[in-house]
Amino acid sequence: MAEKTTIVVQSGDMDKLYSTLIIANGALAMGMEVSLYFTFWGLERLKKGGLNKGPLSQMHLLGLGKWMVKRRMAKAKVASLERLLADYKELGGKILACEMTMEIMGIRREDLREDLIDAYGAVGSYIAEARQSAVTLFI
Amino acid sequence: MTEIKVDVRGETCPVPLVETRKALRRAAPGDVIEIIGTHPASKKEIPMAAEALQVELLSVEGEDTAWVIRIRR
Repeated sequence: MAEKTTIVVQSGDMDKLYSTLIIANGALAMGMEVSLYFTFWGLERLKKGGLNKGPLSQMHLLGLGKWMVKRRMAKAKVASLERLLADYKELGGKILACEMTMEIMGIRREDLREDLIDAYGAVGSYIAEARQSAVTLFI
Repeated sequence: MTEIKVDVRGETCPVPLVETRKALRRAAPGDVIEIIGTHPASKKEIPMAAEALQVELLSVEGEDTAWVIRIRR
C-alpha cells in the first residue's frame, strides 16, 4: 500500500487553499495517496462558485491585498485553484466533506460541488485515515 | 516502446511534478518520458519523484533554468 497524506482543510483563506492543493498535488505526484478533509471555513470553498472567494490570511486590505497577490501569481504563472483541484482529482486524490460543518452552517449537499466529493463524514473517518498516514497536516 | 514528451517550460511549482506524474500514469512499462522545463526546483525534485515512484532516471541535462530530464517507466 502506498504511503498516505491526510490534510484537514479548516481555513477558507485563498493562500492556505493554495498551500493545501500544492502540497496535496506534490504528494500525489510523488506516489502517495492523499485525502483532504474539508471542514468549517474550508468547506465554504467547495460550495458552487466558492473556490476563489477566500480572503488572504494576511494583508487582505479589503480585497486590495488579494488583488495584488493574484496579479503577482498570474505574472509568476502560478496555476489557478481550479486547475490544481482538477489535477488533484485526476491523480486520484480524495475529498471528504465534514457533515457537522454542513449542519452548523446550513450547507446542503446540493450547495456543494458534489462531483468532487468522494465521501461525507465526521472525525472518525479522518482518524481512521490519519492513523495510517505518514504525513498529516491541519491547514 | 513510445517516447512521451512533456513540455512544462514556464510552468512553476507544482505543475512540472504533476505533469510528470500524469505522463507516467499514461505510459506503458518501458516507455520513455522526456520532460523539458525551466523551473529550477523541479530539476532536483523530478529525480526525487522518480526514485519515490521506483522508475528509472535516464538523464538530467542542462542548466537549472533550462533542463531536460528523461525517465523510463
